[in-house]
Amino acid sequence: MSSTTNSPTHHTSTIGAIGAPSRRNTELALLAFAVLIPVFAYANVGLAINDKVPPGLLSYGLGLGLLAGIGHVVVRKFAPYADPLLLPLATLLNGLGLVVIWRLDQSRRLQASNTFVEAAPRQLLYSAMGVALLVVVLIFLKDHRVLQRYTYISMAGALLLLVMPLIPGISAPTYGAKIWIKIPGLGTLQPGEFAKIALAVFFAGYLMVKRDALALASRRFIGLYLPRGRDLGPILVVWVMSILILVFETDLGTSLLFFGMFVIMLYVATERTSWIVFGLLMSAAGAVGVASFESHVQQRVQAWLDPMREYTLSRQGVYGHTEQSMQALWAFGSGGTLGTGLGQGNSDLIGFAANSDFILATFGEELGLAGVMAILLLYGLIVERGVRTALAARDPFGKLLAIGLSGAFALQVFVVAGGVMGLIPLTGMTLPFVAYGGSSVIANWALIGILLRISDTARRPAPAPAPNPDAEMTQVVRPS
Amino acid sequence: MNKPLRRIAIFCGLLVLALLIRDNWIQYVQADELRTQKENRRVIIERYASPRGNIIVDGKAITGSKETDGSDFKFKRTYMNGPMWAPVTGYASQAFGATQLESIEDGILTGNDDRLFFRNTLDMLTGKEKEGGNVVTTLNAAAQKAAYDGLRKQGGKGAVAAIEPSTGKILALASFPSYDPSSFAGNSTTTDTDAWTKLQKKNDPNDPMLNRALRETYPPGSTFKVVTAAAALENGLYTSADQKTRSPLPWTMPGTTTVLPNEGTIPCENATLRVALQYSCNTVFGKVGSDLGNDKMLAEAKKFGFGSEQFTPVRASASNFSDDMAPSETALSSIGQFNTAATPLQMAMVASAVANDGKLMKPYMVDELQAPTIDPIEKTEPEELSQPLSAKNAQILQDMMETVVKDGTGKNAQIGDGVTVGGKTGTAQHGENNSKNPYAWFISYAKVADGSAPVAVAVVIQDDEAVRENISGGGLAAPIAKSVMEAVINSKK
Repeated sequence: MSSTTNSPTHHTSTIGAIGAPSRRNTELALLAFAVLIPVFAYANVGLAINDKVPPGLLSYGLGLGLLAGIGHVVVRKFAPYADPLLLPLATLLNGLGLVVIWRLDQSRRLQASNTFVEAAPRQLLYSAMGVALLVVVLIFLKDHRVLQRYTYISMAGALLLLVMPLIPGISAPTYGAKIWIKIPGLGTLQPGEFAKIALAVFFAGYLMVKRDALALASRRFIGLYLPRGRDLGPILVVWVMSILILVFETDLGTSLLFFGMFVIMLYVATERTSWIVFGLLMSAAGAVGVASFESHVQQRVQAWLDPMREYTLSRQGVYGHTEQSMQALWAFGSGGTLGTGLGQGNSDLIGFAANSDFILATFGEELGLAGVMAILLLYGLIVERGVRTALAARDPFGKLLAIGLSGAFALQVFVVAGGVMGLIPLTGMTLPFVAYGGSSVIANWALIGILLRISDTARRPAPAPAPNPDAEMTQVVRPS
Repeated sequence: MNKPLRRIAIFCGLLVLALLIRDNWIQYVQADELRTQKENRRVIIERYASPRGNIIVDGKAITGSKETDGSDFKFKRTYMNGPMWAPVTGYASQAFGATQLESIEDGILTGNDDRLFFRNTLDMLTGKEKEGGNVVTTLNAAAQKAAYDGLRKQGGKGAVAAIEPSTGKILALASFPSYDPSSFAGNSTTTDTDAWTKLQKKNDPNDPMLNRALRETYPPGSTFKVVTAAAALENGLYTSADQKTRSPLPWTMPGTTTVLPNEGTIPCENATLRVALQYSCNTVFGKVGSDLGNDKMLAEAKKFGFGSEQFTPVRASASNFSDDMAPSETALSSIGQFNTAATPLQMAMVASAVANDGKLMKPYMVDELQAPTIDPIEKTEPEELSQPLSAKNAQILQDMMETVVKDGTGKNAQIGDGVTVGGKTGTAQHGENNSKNPYAWFISYAKVADGSAPVAVAVVIQDDEAVRENISGGGLAAPIAKSVMEAVINSKK
């Protein structure tokens, strides 16, 4: 990059480090929109429900603006070359999520439930904690390659996090899925969300070391490179782990997410299509195998195939059935192309988890097809920026980590949005940034922090070479 | 490593694409189906989101809407004189759904009907609140009141149906005991649910929510002899009211050793049709039925509307005259016993066809559907259903029925004052071996001075409390029929 050339006109010039544009001002401008849009949406909800601008509008606007501002300042200072889209996208989604959660807080139907709590103030607190974690990541993680040192610690941490919901005493099983733990005095936590990041770090570190062995030592068989038996070890371990999650925590979503993430990273590390084939076969075998034993999973599949029957059974009071899937479909259908407008739908009929697992249905009813497509495209953009970061990263660890995190993010959005829309069986997962839930928001802000760090490293210009005393005398002369 | 990365990028793009396609599927392609599915609570939320249109009788609304709070339904249905009009309106309850007119004309009443689309769009643009349209009925308030009051004074259970013979317009439709649809129009889990629960058949053996005028079939007893007489004339078995019939007394039913009894000692041996109807001779009409045979009797009954449901547009149950019967069973069926069963509306149709010179008009109760601005959207035109008997035979039968009221069992229905009444009483046995109190029937029509017949009516009374000997069609049912006919004639003046 830093070379000195002789131009055809024999004009001599010295070019220093190329001042790659940092794009921080672009980010700032986008952030302004990312704050303004939710503020308008918030005002809209208030006007629709109470015919007046909500009294909390100013503090909400300032709060969201402050979070975005802190994020921006920290990025400007500690990761100046980071991707300019990630922060505004996450802010926008988080802001819209807060608005819809507040909107559902105003629902009389949900207020009548005996488990009702005002969720929006808590979610704002969680968002603040999330941004705080982003700040911590950006300040203390100077270089993502540092994480490589913690490969096996990450693995141990991830396993511990995954096992925690099974430990009696701290486990807090809710509605069939054992994915929460109690933290005395603080509430509940979904360790799976954090395990996602820890596992990505472990997979990236492990695969970076083992990729050659996994890629090269193979036999060719009907057009596929089959891995050696002993190299199958790691994928088998992860597979068994996902199955165990599925069986013991009855959490189909997380299981699918981890296995999918591993297969993606394995494929990227080894460039062997055979891993994808193996991955698909194994997940199919696992899913069918477990589904034939676990009634919980069978019931989810039944509910997916015939939501109306599930609704009827639930109405008849048959234990273990829920009308939520059908209610979500009705919410989407009733929203139609343009939606009813914020605050004017009846998506609260979904009842329990309307503001967490099923929050997309409220977007569907009140913002319509147009709104949901916009939200999905926002997620698509985050994933795209993540993949671009992976492409731009200069080190294999960074590439693997970035693709692992973005792939997991994409899978999570697909699993939860597809579940709520009835594309695939429903699994209890949260829509990143939008759904109510502390663990999810905090963990996803950390994920964005890591992606920002990798992209900053990737786009940062190489440091200027040390001044060479002989520079003047050793000009490179090129014939033109 | 970049090649697999690009492929993963495409894979992630496909995931998003799949979500987008699915979203278009449920929010565009299937949206209407999901939006209007009846289990979707938004449908009833919408139903009560704006004041419902009204059901109108004689230019006055018999329903209303009241703003409520405390639930997701903004407006609640109210009813004026609910129990009296319940067989016409049905109910529209936030918690228990809607029936009859309230359900059938729901689109007009809520304002969601496609025919109101243009107006709704206009209202949306001008910012006007959405309103429902009105359903104008054919009913006659005075006749309905006479019918309901008559039934209530009588006590017991019963129903009245009255029709305008020349058009088929339903003038009165009463059922007793009845219910007040206002009492459970809301969705309170205490008051409304309580009221609803109490009205259910399992909690109230009187089954007040049953619309007896349209949905209950009773053995019509001797009133069915009008149909049998029509069959005799139409098939040429006898050609005039005063021709002697071939009727031995006592008469043993064919294929049996059972003698068909008459009620009391009455001059039935070889009696003319006129005399037989006047005294209600079982032997004469039983033999007419068995002489004509099952097929001919069934064909005639069908022409009067037996065997098919009527949509007024509220559905009326099908009345029954059986097929494949032995001659003795046909004989019993021809005097309105055995399996013969009819709704009060059906028997009013019989009287109206006779009064309308043999032409049976399709009964209907919705005269007009109106937009909220009372512009008509749809008007029902009278429609001929069938011609059960020729004009000549109809006049013979009218003559016979008028004798019944003038000199026979139906004297209680005489109006005088230039009004000629033709009718037929009936006292139908029911219960195992005639163990329960019989049903008292009366069907009739009234003809005014200019020869037109403005009303035909059928009344049925089931009084389990009354002393058995006091129960007769002429005694219990005829006075009610009379007051209904008078109410109609007076309201025309």
